[in-house]
Amino acid sequence: MATTITGTRRTLAKVGVITGLVIGALFAGLPVVWMLSTSFKNNGEVFQNPPNLITESFSLDAYREILGNGAQLRFFLNSYIVAFAVTILTLLVAILAGYAFSRFRFPFQRTINAVIVSVQVVPPITLVIPYFGLVVALGLYNTYLGLILTHMVFTLPYAIIMITAYLNTLPRELDESVKIDGGTSWTALWRVLVPVSVPGLIAVGVYTFMISWNEYLFALTLTRTDDMRTVPIGIQLLMGQHSYEWNQMMAMSILGSIPVLLLFLLFQRRFIGGLTAGAVKA
Amino acid sequence: MTSANVDPAAAPKTAAWAGQAAAGRHRHGLARRLVPYGYLSPTMLLITVLMVVPIVMVIGYSFQDNVIVNKNPVFAGFANYAKVLTDADFLASLGNTAVFISVSTVAHLVLGLAFAMMLNTQLLGGITKAVFRIVYILPWLFTIAVIAVIWRLLFDPAGVVNYVLNTVGLLQEGVAWLGDPVTALWAVTFANIWSGYPFFMISLLAALQGISADLYEAAAMDGTNWFQRFVHVTLAQLRPVIVSMAVLDLIWTSQQFALIWMMTGGGPLNATEMLSTYTYKQAFSEYEFATASAAAVIVLLLTTALAFFYVRQQREQ
Repeated sequence: MATTITGTRRTLAKVGVITGLVIGALFAGLPVVWMLSTSFKNNGEVFQNPPNLITESFSLDAYREILGNGAQLRFFLNSYIVAFAVTILTLLVAILAGYAFSRFRFPFQRTINAVIVSVQVVPPITLVIPYFGLVVALGLYNTYLGLILTHMVFTLPYAIIMITAYLNTLPRELDESVKIDGGTSWTALWRVLVPVSVPGLIAVGVYTFMISWNEYLFALTLTRTDDMRTVPIGIQLLMGQHSYEWNQMMAMSILGSIPVLLLFLLFQRRFIGGLTAGAVKA
Repeated sequence: MTSANVDPAAAPKTAAWAGQAAAGRHRHGLARRLVPYGYLSPTMLLITVLMVVPIVMVIGYSFQDNVIVNKNPVFAGFANYAKVLTDADFLASLGNTAVFISVSTVAHLVLGLAFAMMLNTQLLGGITKAVFRIVYILPWLFTIAVIAVIWRLLFDPAGVVNYVLNTVGLLQEGVAWLGDPVTALWAVTFANIWSGYPFFMISLLAALQGISADLYEAAAMDGTNWFQRFVHVTLAQLRPVIVSMAVLDLIWTSQQFALIWMMTGGGPLNATEMLSTYTYKQAFSEYEFATASAAAVIVLLLTTALAFFYVRQQREQ
């Protein structure tokens, strides 16, 4: 393509692309910058006219309010407990299932696979009504376990699809050598395949954590007391209690976004790679 | 399009695996054949409890007189469905959902493709592109609750959106974007567009990187211009990804609940009522679990129709 573009045309194209990229970056980034800026303002300054991007009265009061408040910290603790538990359980269950799909041929394989794939499109709103009945009946209403199990309906299918795709890229000689030496399929999985799959498992784990951390509908419906609420519901509760404390809502939003932002920045390459592989192969 | 994804050192690709199920071929019998089901049993148990049973339950609920609230519900036939389908609020939510998902999906696609193409350009260095890529992905990393709060702040009558539009002369007075029935649906759609395009962008970027440069060179030699190459090479090559992403996005967007619930709660005057918020309100505000279940089953049927289209499209590839 470059051969047909002369020097000036190349410069023009470059200016055009950079202009486009900057406009796009403003669209994507400005709301985030505004959130950050608002979190450092005092509340009276939030709707000042003309608005200030850089506040004159910079303060960390909003963050102090959130971090100094036991009820708010509880939301974070709950989100961490649920999201970590969902991630670990999802990985365990999905590794076993992915191994079955990748290394065995068995009756009803396609049917079982189709059911797992189709879970992804079942609307949460359809499930939440029977979940409410089920979770209450099982005594899991307003418990961590109720949230953890129900979150897995969203995390599991994707994790299984991604892990199966990943294991399919690993040579079968790898695990079969263990079995030739007299090992079982179980030892081949845990001694050989799982250690080699760590990059893929990280991608799946990060995605699982994000889904659970962000989940809203079940967290709203299947918990009742404030000490069981997760961060997304905490943000909403803050909105209800102090309608005008915008700086605190923004501070809470930023604090609530940090785990996912950090995970993403740390595992960007693997995460995006794993996700596109999973999405395309799904 | 998957080439960049797996760590090549850890994952050398094998071609077709011929010796399937060579595992323990020397062993025989039932026990060996049950092994894969053993590995699958936790998954099958969870899927049964978390999906099969609940779907059967909700279908059952939808044919009964008010369940959950009533200890001894009676069979009600299609009465709940008749009630839902003749409810003006339900029909309004159906229309709003149609606008919301179609506008969102088209915008996600256009923005995602535009951004992916700009990030794929040969004209800029790797670091510049990496920085822009992270900025473009940002909206996707925030939970929907945060996105709802951000856009409530921005769309406030005294907020920045009005300030900017006033300053550039597009608006004379402040608009209560989320409080006005005329603008509310567009405002929540805009927020949804902002939050959802990065997923398209990532997938399309991966797909763009998989298009061979030879195709562009051959097209250039045929004397085609930029636009012709875009249509006949880029779009033609991306078509399968675009179609499957679009159908998935229609499905996901139709299920959007948190954004609407936290931005407008379905109001003002049902202007942003969606199938999801309508169903939720029937169940958890009105305690009409039977009509809510009927609405939920209708949502499930609509989704199934879309999913059926998706599966057929995947098979054709």
